[in-house]
Amino acid sequence: MKDEQLPQYDEKTRRRIEAMVEAEARYLAQMRRHPRGPLASPARMTGRRGFLAAAAAGASLLPTIVHAKAPPGAVERPVPADPTKEQGTPTNDDGGYGSRSQFESETRWRFGTATRESSWTMTPLENGVGVITPSGLHFERHHGGIATIDPSRHSLLVHGMVDQPKKYSVADIRRFPSISRTMFIECSGNGLTEWSKPTLKTVQGTHGLTSTSEWTGVPLALLLKESGLKPGAKWVLAEGADAAVMTRSIPLEKCLEDAFIAYGQNGEAIRPEQGYPIRLVLPGWEGNTHIKWLRRLEVSDVPFMTREETSKYTDLLPDGRARQFTFVMEAKSVITFPSGEMRLPGPGFYEVTGLAWSGRGKITRLEVSTDGGKSWADAHLQGPVLAICHTRFRFPWFWDGKPAVLQSRATDETGYVQPSLKQLVDVRGLNGPLGSIYHLNAIQSWAVAADGSVSNVHA
Amino acid sequence: MSTLEHAVALAALLALAAGCAAQRSTEPPQAAYSGSKLALGSTPTAAELAHYYSYPADGRGLPPGSGSYAQGQKIYQAKCMACHGEKLEGTKIGDKLIGGRGTLVNASPAKAPVKTVESYWPYATTLFDYVKRAMPFNAPGSLSDDEVYALAAYILGEANIVPKGQTLNAATLAAVQMPNRNGFVSPDPRPDVR
Repeated sequence: MKDEQLPQYDEKTRRRIEAMVEAEARYLAQMRRHPRGPLASPARMTGRRGFLAAAAAGASLLPTIVHAKAPPGAVERPVPADPTKEQGTPTNDDGGYGSRSQFESETRWRFGTATRESSWTMTPLENGVGVITPSGLHFERHHGGIATIDPSRHSLLVHGMVDQPKKYSVADIRRFPSISRTMFIECSGNGLTEWSKPTLKTVQGTHGLTSTSEWTGVPLALLLKESGLKPGAKWVLAEGADAAVMTRSIPLEKCLEDAFIAYGQNGEAIRPEQGYPIRLVLPGWEGNTHIKWLRRLEVSDVPFMTREETSKYTDLLPDGRARQFTFVMEAKSVITFPSGEMRLPGPGFYEVTGLAWSGRGKITRLEVSTDGGKSWADAHLQGPVLAICHTRFRFPWFWDGKPAVLQSRATDETGYVQPSLKQLVDVRGLNGPLGSIYHLNAIQSWAVAADGSVSNVHA
Repeated sequence: MSTLEHAVALAALLALAAGCAAQRSTEPPQAAYSGSKLALGSTPTAAELAHYYSYPADGRGLPPGSGSYAQGQKIYQAKCMACHGEKLEGTKIGDKLIGGRGTLVNASPAKAPVKTVESYWPYATTLFDYVKRAMPFNAPGSLSDDEVYALAAYILGEANIVPKGQTLNAATLAAVQMPNRNGFVSPDPRPDVR
């Protein structure tokens, strides 16, 4: 698309997009300044693999570099010329809670909203390996900042159309029979900048509002059973204890099927920014329904028509009608290596890898195209493949050095095939430059130029 | 839990574990116990429950009190205008609250629809609920019910949805017909691409 054909954003949209582009640009600049980071200049090497190879090759020559400041989550330590010739850091010197290597610098970056309280951050998918997102890199979306809650003073109320209203302390919740589930949570706004033209440069920008954790908690069905449901009960309002007092109405059917109240994330208490001490988890449904800092569940016969389920998380189509209660996150995938702003050092072998996920169940097939969708071949799915969970795929590729367009296409166990952007827009239309904003799950295209540079394109 | 209860719970767990051994793993994961009630937690008092609210579209549970356009205008100027603008037009921080009627039907990728309380929100009860729980941004939950009714009267008055002389209370707020009342469709029609 040529510049003059670009959509004319209204002021608010333009501000949002510009802020997002700026935030990503700042992050990229910072990553390139990091002397041995994945995007360091001048090598601009390509992801963790390249960084490790470069580090290994130059190991004996590395001088002792002490950075002015360690990356977030790391402790700066002097680097010996030869770690076999002197003792390392004393045991438990980290105070008993570990930190990551000072050589790892990827972080979430924040969308440049006007306030820092109603904002979001993106997971650096390009640096991720496996399927678990480190808790500290799990994407965030807050509507009133991150609540700081003393668990000894927090409780969960269950009331409304129930026989027996209940109040649970966090300790009570932890006494219930528990489950753990490794699953993704994705914000329905993931990719909102990408409807009408490629806007952000990196996969963190285009797809970083999805993350996978192992969540541990109590099935909501058990709590509802304690209270007993009255005839006619159909919806449950979930309310958070943050400054937005965030509320969503959830169909009772989902609450009884697989919803749970989580207190654990990746083996420890969930992080404050993920809703400490407890949050609602609705497997496969849009992230905003997983109410954080959960304090109240009200059973009702009707939905409450809260602000978030009327004016915000609804999908306005060109005919002026808006889809409401569009909960499920449909099958989606993206190649994370190679991806935007990386540079392949030259022709040869590369393992193309990425993530696929579906809110409706397991990923059953992942195809990769290296010619912009003209031909497809099956990629290898890393097992175990879990339902409603990031699934890692891998695809061996010999790059001939000619321009290529890489795409991935997921199929889930319901037979649903991830659509192209054109297919999606043909059905939903474009109501403004951001389309219907939410639920963009189209195939992503990365163009590899002859010089090896990778960029976000619509193909 | 008494010793007897322990024994019963343990027996149930063991029976379940034995039953599961021959089965495929369950998905979604099931708790290891699904027997009778566990009698955990306590009973909240009526006073505790009275602290919480949320008002569905039929207005049930809306609190006593009322407010007028004129009262709302004063409160708006003192507590809302800094973020939402002198004419409710929105600023960098706060959403535009009025205008935008006729922009929702729009097949142009170049022009964005203008979604406001006036043009988009289907229920006036949502406005009351949201302002009461989360506004103003710098002091959420600080407004009295009378103040929230007054703000609703002012915003809906400026939006030409409610006459400026109309006082809003539980009954009149629930009766307000918003322009986009019928603009929402559910259930979810997806999968819509096949």
